[in-house]
Amino acid sequence: MARVEIVAELCKSCGYCVKFCPKNVLAIGKTVNSKGYEVVESVNDDCVGCCSCARMCPAGAINVYK
Amino acid sequence: MAERVLMKGCEAIAEAAVRAGCRFFAGYPITPQNEIPEYMARRLPEVDGQFVQAESEVAAINMVYGNAAGGVRAMTSSSSCGISLKSEGVSYCAMARIPMVYVNVSRGGPGVGTIQPAQQDYHQATKASGNGGFRMRVFAPATVQEAVDMTYAAFDYADKERNPVLVLADGVIGSILEPVVLPEQRSAEEVAAIKASKDEWAAVGHQLGSRAWINPGGWDNALYEKCNKEADAMYKSWAPEAEAELYLVDDAEVILTSYGISARITKSAVDALRAEGVKAGLVRAKTVYPFPYQAYDKINYDICKGIVDVEMSIPAQFVDDVKVAVDGRAPITTCLRSAGNLLSKGAIMDAAKEMLK
Amino acid sequence: MADEKLIYTKTKTIQPGKSSGFCPGCMHDTIIKLIGEVLEELDIADKTVSCTGVGCCGLFMEYIDYDYIQCAHGRASAVATGVKRGNPDKIVYSYQGDGDFASIGFAESVAAANRGENITVIFVNNGIYGMTGGQMAPTTLLGMKATTAPKGRKAEEHGYPMHICELLDTLTAPVYLERTSCNTPANVIKTKNAIKKAFQNQIDGKGYSLVEIVTSCPTNWGLSALDSLDFLEENMLKEFPLGVIRDNSDK
Repeated sequence: MARVEIVAELCKSCGYCVKFCPKNVLAIGKTVNSKGYEVVESVNDDCVGCCSCARMCPAGAINVYK
Repeated sequence: MAERVLMKGCEAIAEAAVRAGCRFFAGYPITPQNEIPEYMARRLPEVDGQFVQAESEVAAINMVYGNAAGGVRAMTSSSSCGISLKSEGVSYCAMARIPMVYVNVSRGGPGVGTIQPAQQDYHQATKASGNGGFRMRVFAPATVQEAVDMTYAAFDYADKERNPVLVLADGVIGSILEPVVLPEQRSAEEVAAIKASKDEWAAVGHQLGSRAWINPGGWDNALYEKCNKEADAMYKSWAPEAEAELYLVDDAEVILTSYGISARITKSAVDALRAEGVKAGLVRAKTVYPFPYQAYDKINYDICKGIVDVEMSIPAQFVDDVKVAVDGRAPITTCLRSAGNLLSKGAIMDAAKEMLK
Repeated sequence: MADEKLIYTKTKTIQPGKSSGFCPGCMHDTIIKLIGEVLEELDIADKTVSCTGVGCCGLFMEYIDYDYIQCAHGRASAVATGVKRGNPDKIVYSYQGDGDFASIGFAESVAAANRGENITVIFVNNGIYGMTGGQMAPTTLLGMKATTAPKGRKAEEHGYPMHICELLDTLTAPVYLERTSCNTPANVIKTKNAIKKAFQNQIDGKGYSLVEIVTSCPTNWGLSALDSLDFLEENMLKEFPLGVIRDNSDK
């Protein structure tokens, strides 16, 4: 069982995590942070904790739990 | 009885720096100061210091910036056009409050100029050493002994004020051999203590949360204006410490004024004039920043008929500060040579007599 | 959940809660994060001094939490030399972009490598000048447009893109030269490993190590972050092939 937590204020909506998640867990959401970026969110429970998203994320906006 | 040794100016400057605790030198060859890096290459390893022949004067000043940012007493030297190359690096030291000492063994200019001594870097040294309007203490030795004492003191000033300091020498002072009394060598413990005293702000590694930030500028305009204001206050505080030598000024009917090697030649001219019955006197600037304005108040303007500015620079530069100091109280003429041509005592005497006509 | 562990989080070497000023998708962000992870893992953050160039490479002054020296443009390799010579037991790295390292700083960069200074150099190559608004860089590709080469880089007018790792490979002193990228998770891991080796070499007193990291610049390439990844793979990596150019770390 694994999950990701997006630190909303650090997300810059670049889309790398969405592209590289092998389980399509992530998508650009509708919530906008204080900098105006649409924050990424989890859309399913299929996370396997591979950390691809967190590694790709330039902003370090992803915490991965397993 | 302190030991007197016969030393060449450049080498004496280097030795004085080492005795003051300088443990890093980076420089590039350029006439007439090559004896400074060459001496440092031999001497620094003896005190566990580091010498680097840098790939350029630009690289050298940036190595000094980094080394001094790490808390070490660091130095570079060059001549005239090489000093121009260092401008940006010195400016970085000024804004980032990095203590360092550098030496200009000046030669003819502008451009590559000539390789023989001149005093054509005066405004560059005292007003425009780099962008941004910063100031430094600038010392103008007229003897090898003064070059030694001023270089030694420069490191203490640099550290105390976290600012660059310039020793404005010239190719004559750099080349001549004179007997000097060398200052006491700072011990290894003293040098280590000086370095350790900078640990709080220096780039020596810090725990997360208390890092050092060597900061020559950035995005926060309000912060940097505050830095400029603090620096301005510091520069103004130096004014009472400006130094000059007053020689036979009290009853002088003609005042000669100069600095550095020209002042040395001028002093001989004053003695020769006095021997002929001409009441000449000398005001010699020892610091050219802060400029010794107050020294010119010691002239008796009731009997002084005029002032002769003596310098090895065409166009004359030192005269601009003399004019401010004299403030119209006496006429000023100039006696000049330039481009590596040395002043003669005879020409200075003639200029003084001309003033008295 | 009772048993769950935090297995990945942002490095503590970045000031807590701080968002960087880099553009979305900018790999400077990624690289600084990776450097921070390496410093934590090697337990050297509290004795590390970063010497940063000018450009986008110099935009993390208010972001990292260990010693930061802002250097003059192009001079970070000389500054790092000065720092390391004065404090040889500290870990010193320079962080420079393509203009900083290979244009204005070329002499200092090559001289430090040639002297074999025991420093770690991170060279970020995105083929453009980012911070100043998209001018041509020494590594701009032929045909690639820049504000100072509006019709695209032409060999006969502008010369060819420079291959820094290969250039430094002609020098005897450098110990380790590798070119990586951050365009895929696998490459991010390779970049981190390269950075780690480059720092370990310094800890071990081995000499000069450089990691050239091919990156994107979405803003000045005029592409989205995701489209920039494609451009990087299809064009940049053909000009600047990834891999180890030299590794004498074990010698």
